[in-house]
Amino acid sequence: MVPFLQDNVIYRGVYCWLGGNEGNAQWCGGDGLLPGGYEWVAYFVAGLTIMLILVNGALLGAAVFVWAERRLLARFQARRGPNRWGPWGILQPIADLVKLLIKEDIIPTAADRIAFTLVPIIMLMSLLLSLAVLPFARNTYLANLNIGVLYIVAVSSMTTIAIFMAGWASANKFAMFGAMRGVTMLISYEIPLILSLVGVVLIAGSMSLVSVVEAQYLPFILVQPLGALVFMLGISAELNRTPFDILEAESEIVAGYHTEYSGIKFALIQAAEMAGVLAASGFLATLFLGGWSGPFLSTQLGALWFLMKLSFFVFLFIWIRATFPRLRIDQIMAFAWKFLLPLAMINFLATAVQVYFFGFYHGDVPGEITRNEQWVMAAINVPLAVASIVAFGHFAREGIRVPAVRLESIVPIPRVAEVD
Amino acid sequence: MLEDYFRQYGLIAIFTIVAFIVPTSMLMMSFLLSRLGIRPQKPNPVKQDIYECGMETIGGRWARFNFRYYMYALLFVIFDVAVVFVYPWAVRMGKLGLFALIEMMAFITILGFGWVYAWRKRDLEWR
Repeated sequence: MVPFLQDNVIYRGVYCWLGGNEGNAQWCGGDGLLPGGYEWVAYFVAGLTIMLILVNGALLGAAVFVWAERRLLARFQARRGPNRWGPWGILQPIADLVKLLIKEDIIPTAADRIAFTLVPIIMLMSLLLSLAVLPFARNTYLANLNIGVLYIVAVSSMTTIAIFMAGWASANKFAMFGAMRGVTMLISYEIPLILSLVGVVLIAGSMSLVSVVEAQYLPFILVQPLGALVFMLGISAELNRTPFDILEAESEIVAGYHTEYSGIKFALIQAAEMAGVLAASGFLATLFLGGWSGPFLSTQLGALWFLMKLSFFVFLFIWIRATFPRLRIDQIMAFAWKFLLPLAMINFLATAVQVYFFGFYHGDVPGEITRNEQWVMAAINVPLAVASIVAFGHFAREGIRVPAVRLESIVPIPRVAEVD
Repeated sequence: MLEDYFRQYGLIAIFTIVAFIVPTSMLMMSFLLSRLGIRPQKPNPVKQDIYECGMETIGGRWARFNFRYYMYALLFVIFDVAVVFVYPWAVRMGKLGLFALIEMMAFITILGFGWVYAWRKRDLEWR
């Protein structure tokens, strides 16, 4: 009889189906399949059910994401994309997986075999673990940890270690260059990323993601525009995707940290990266767009609202990838340390002052921030966000090399003809 | 309440094992496929050499690195330690009130001086 077990829809369903008896009749109602005294088996199976959903959701989601990204990138670049395997090429990721599975798995002689093999395992592990606290519908999660936000940040930063292990174990100088660039970039973007979430924690008064969703009378993207922007940019750097892909820059350092990887190990690294985009979109949707709550029927359609918000951010990430060229390392570093870090600092200090005044307004007993107060905070924070972006956008340009002659003045950029 | 707390972390512990088993089983499957002869496994010295665009390899992992990487690592350590103090403060800020607010302002101001110093010394730039 555990409170969170009763709240959680999937837990309660599976638990009662197996372990319902007289002892828990008031919330199970009816006998389960197992005899009395075996509640722990029911509990264990209930936990494994959600784990199964999470693992399959992440891996199949990654497959669907690969297909969606290739199709959409093709559309952005006025081509057709994969369209041979299955309707609209939807079986393409499965064909890719089978191909990678039956390819030879080469481990270089000079490589450190144990570390080399551990890299894909750690990458996928850190990704799957970060999903554990994500509420993907009303009362549906693996665990409602009271340190949810910190847990996500802690677990997902294991990727940094995996990338360095990949670079070191490969004994290849391109892999090492990629790993060094990657570690520098990832640790630089981690600080604005973590600080941008402090504002959310301040307003919700808790680090649990379930409480964060419940505290959002207004989507936090309005209450915390600066925090949302910094988190979005920071996490798109953590994903190592195109504007920030200096660690696998294929035109400079072969393939960066995974140069030596082939076969199933490469497939696992790619799967972890692709599912990482889904996880990041899930966190963005949960923390800043209200998670499973929607304008209507959020109890019944929670998973659908969550999926819609997730798909919105996924599309945004693909759009960013299709639009921006790769940044140079000096631009990336200046962007993190001179632009995102001060914005994150301004955001959380301003939020702290606002939370103090609204808490004071409630009298001795500090209550939660109500809907009207969140509107007031949005009215203060949106102009603040615009002003600080303009100001620091100006400061951050200092020290960045700009080409003396603009490219357009030398090379006339041709107009792209309309394609189908 | 405490039991609830430990059960949740117990689930996370079980999930850690599951998350380890999933990729490991995929690697095992690939190994089995090579045993069954479905997947080729024909190593030779040239194939297992360090990849370098088809050339003879010049230098391994002991390549020289820019000293800049080290400066960023130092800055990261300073700010990351600060974050450890910020999170517990953020959870309790609404209840602790003005005292906590002023303390954190002072803390961030000191940190901010360090950040401005690093900027003025041009350590935030990649030269």
